[in-house]
Amino acid sequence: MVKKRVSIRNHSAEANLFARRTFITFIGVVVMILILFNNIYELEVNSFEKYTTRSNKNRIKVLPVVPNRGLIYDRNGVLLAENKPVYSLAIIPEQVDNIEETLQELGEIIAIRDEQKQEFLKDMRGTRRFKPIELISRLSDQQVAKISVSLHKFPGVTIDARLKRYYPFGDLTTHSLGYVAKINRNDLIKIDQEGKSENYKATRDIGKLGLEKYYEDLLHGTIGHQEVEVNNQGRILRTLSYTPPVPGKDITLTLDIELQMIAKRALVGRRGAVVAIDPRDGGVLALYSNPSYDGNLFVHGISSKNYKKLQNKNRPLINRATKGTYPPASTIKPLLGLAGLDANVTTPEAKLWDPGFFKLKDGKRKYRDHLKWGHGWVRLEEAIMRSCNTYFYDLAYKVGIDNISEKMAGFGFGESTGIDIHEESSGVLPSRGWKRARYNQPWYHGDTVNIGIGQGFWTVTPLQLAQATSILVNKGTVFEPHFLYATHEQKSDDLLAEVSNEEDNVQDNQPYTLVPYEVNEKPPLQLKNSKHWDTILKAMHRTVKHPSGTGFGAFKGSSYDAAGKSGTGEVVGRAQDTDYDATKISESNRDNAMFIAFAPFENPEIVVAVAIENVAVGGGGSNAGPVARQIMDQYFANKTYLSKKQPLIKKSQ
Amino acid sequence: MNMRYTGKDQAKKRTLLEILHIDWPLLLSLLLLMTVGLFVIYSAGGQDMALVTRQVVRLGIGLAVMFVVAQIPPSFYQRWAVIVFLIGLLMLLAVLLFGHVGKGAQRWLDLGFMKFQPSEIMKLFMPMTIAWYISQYDLPSKTKHVIIAFAIVMLPTLMIAKQPDLGTSLLIASSGIFVLFLSGASWRLIGISFGMVSAFLPILWMFLMRDYQKQRVLTFLNPEEDPLGTGYHIIQSKIAIGSGGVNGKGWLQGTQSQLEFLPERHTDFIFAVFSEEFGLMGVLGLLLIYLLIVMRGLWIAVKAQDAFTKLLAGSLTLTFFVYVFVNIGMVSGLLPVVGVPLPLVSYGGTSMVTLMASFGVLMAISTHRRLLT
Repeated sequence: MVKKRVSIRNHSAEANLFARRTFITFIGVVVMILILFNNIYELEVNSFEKYTTRSNKNRIKVLPVVPNRGLIYDRNGVLLAENKPVYSLAIIPEQVDNIEETLQELGEIIAIRDEQKQEFLKDMRGTRRFKPIELISRLSDQQVAKISVSLHKFPGVTIDARLKRYYPFGDLTTHSLGYVAKINRNDLIKIDQEGKSENYKATRDIGKLGLEKYYEDLLHGTIGHQEVEVNNQGRILRTLSYTPPVPGKDITLTLDIELQMIAKRALVGRRGAVVAIDPRDGGVLALYSNPSYDGNLFVHGISSKNYKKLQNKNRPLINRATKGTYPPASTIKPLLGLAGLDANVTTPEAKLWDPGFFKLKDGKRKYRDHLKWGHGWVRLEEAIMRSCNTYFYDLAYKVGIDNISEKMAGFGFGESTGIDIHEESSGVLPSRGWKRARYNQPWYHGDTVNIGIGQGFWTVTPLQLAQATSILVNKGTVFEPHFLYATHEQKSDDLLAEVSNEEDNVQDNQPYTLVPYEVNEKPPLQLKNSKHWDTILKAMHRTVKHPSGTGFGAFKGSSYDAAGKSGTGEVVGRAQDTDYDATKISESNRDNAMFIAFAPFENPEIVVAVAIENVAVGGGGSNAGPVARQIMDQYFANKTYLSKKQPLIKKSQ
Repeated sequence: MNMRYTGKDQAKKRTLLEILHIDWPLLLSLLLLMTVGLFVIYSAGGQDMALVTRQVVRLGIGLAVMFVVAQIPPSFYQRWAVIVFLIGLLMLLAVLLFGHVGKGAQRWLDLGFMKFQPSEIMKLFMPMTIAWYISQYDLPSKTKHVIIAFAIVMLPTLMIAKQPDLGTSLLIASSGIFVLFLSGASWRLIGISFGMVSAFLPILWMFLMRDYQKQRVLTFLNPEEDPLGTGYHIIQSKIAIGSGGVNGKGWLQGTQSQLEFLPERHTDFIFAVFSEEFGLMGVLGLLLIYLLIVMRGLWIAVKAQDAFTKLLAGSLTLTFFVYVFVNIGMVSGLLPVVGVPLPLVSYGGTSMVTLMASFGVLMAISTHRRLLT
């Protein structure tokens, strides 16, 4: 080894070595730069789409914009369901210097409860400072006015408005309109299953009952979108695009709010229901169940105290018009008469001796008439007019249960009518098969006899009764009952300009056209001899017109030509030979009063069915008859007004 | 190769830049890079002019330091390197014993009138010391010398890693190792040390790395696992770069940076802002500027007159490139996040001044020529 001090360093060799090594490192540097560049190329060129999407997902938030719910009008354009602004007070903490002070000063203008304050302060801790936090969720109009005046003194304090459903007629319309209320978990699951989650992103309330539920899709509308740019804190910086929501469709009902009012007044203090139908198209003119309740209570979430109040023994939550099931009693006699004629077991001229009771050939039991001494010789017309039980015991026995079941099913008993609300009972139309399935018992002749006066196992809803009567007055033509009269379709702008020139058409000046509801017509009911219809209808006419008819008192002196039939339904079976004394039995066991009516006798426009539970004195003729009368009086008093709306077009035509 | 330094050259009138000891290609490249940096800082800092002004002041100081350092002949460093290195070691020891804790790491020494980061000194004096040591002997070095030199490298490296400052210890270690490589350490030795480093990695993982450092490595390996936690930085950075595309979103138009989705925008992750706004074309330009600086540095090294200056110039240049590679690599998801700034573009002080000082040394090497006899 050479000592470095003495050796002469080979500078040239060292420089060459260094240059080589430097060159190698330079190659290394170039390779590394290529690696970096390749990686950036991979990100910016090959994955450009992916990262652009993710970048946009970062910065672009799509805010759903809730569509306004469609309004609901009655047939004369009276608003039944509207959207009213509800005001809330919110504070944006970022814009307030001293929250405590502001709360203090606000508290001097309107009352702020301690729990509201606590809730607010709690929310404030968990929320971004630029987001408004609600302090008071519902302000009264007075409070809104008070705060609005001095709002300029409170930077960062805002009054927010959002629309809530409001039913101006309250309990008058609840059993038909139903109500909307806050979407709950079950609703969410259902919305999800129906694939509507996207459309309900911003929606708070959903139809829970009645028409609001049935026509939810029509009334709801289509959600709108606001695309905004946000920063990493979620603060909205600007709006990029806006797709307005499509408001829900407004709808007009066949319902007449004035008839509803009359129905309510007529049923005051009693449990019962009224249904009025236009037999020409199945449109429901009135449907009222008493007692009722205010649907508005549910819109903002009902308190448990209020809810308890609604669960009393009068059960206001039950829609008696569609879910109350009653024995049809004597109101069914005209239809049974029709069945008898059609089955050829009787004729209009055939006479029957009524001794005051009916006895099966080999039986001991006496089926009593309401007249102890009997009606004597009666024909079909008189039997209907005076409501002779013996005649119909005999008739039912002769027609037989199988035939009766089949015929009555044709009038819609034992099944739902298909009305456009979901709350409907099908009642019970008894038959051999039904009794076997229900009680596992054979059908007895005695059962058939009871059917003859609409008692026994047979139960119907007032709506079914009205519907059956409609079929009768239509002589077999069946329209499904419905509330919907028309949907309001927005006109396009050029169409609007076009119609504005036509001055004569009043309706066309409105920015929408009415698209009429398509009435569902079912296969008609056919009789062997269509003259039988007239026989029965005439008997019902006589019931009202003849002084000894059970409906005479109720319609005495009416300006229109009505026809009808009363019924008094036994709630509990009574042993034979005991007299009925309302004062001696408990209130809930008293008789039900029933009545069906239609008018005018020629070309009927309105059919009414009334059911009143547990009347103290009298039967259907004296209790339910006058209710039907009041409805009809109102209908015909206002007829010129009403006639503006013609019956709807039938689907089959 | 000594033709340039004949009397004919000497007779040539020296230019002003030569008198000032300024290497103009290097200076121009640096100024270009700084200008780009200022524009990106303006964008990344939410268009805050105050931020830009502060960076301009820092760059001014950096340029001044570079200028001063350039005036000192390299022989001066050759003489003083070891002493400063030893002082630096003592200060590192002091940091470990009574250092100031900031951001969870002990890096600062509080001298009463100022806070001081001794590891920065090592960035300069580590390559100087190793170059001094190696250049005393014939090249290529003997294995014995290489091993001794390697030990000298590891001592401060481990001390800095213990602070813990993984980024800086990495830079300091590589600055020393580059000297060894350039001095012609045998490939066999290089192979062996590679093997040793690989063997050392598990020890590093188990005994030396802090939890947050381990987390960084784990996050690097799978950033999507914890997109809102530790992986957030890398994911947002990759989104920023990727969404830039070929031409970029345009200056001040980068949504990832302007809307603050990108963390550490004007410091460590400034490259992501740059790529988002200027795209692949911008990146290409930026990489070319860096390549230009590296090429000039290596050229100075090759042209340097003796082993010490050659090794020093080469090492400083390559260390500068390590900055670039580690920063861009970590921001684009190639490497774990180790907190190395993008040199001369990232906003920030200490390391920039050290970098400028090393460019001063490069200029000194390039301009102080001794006559060879």
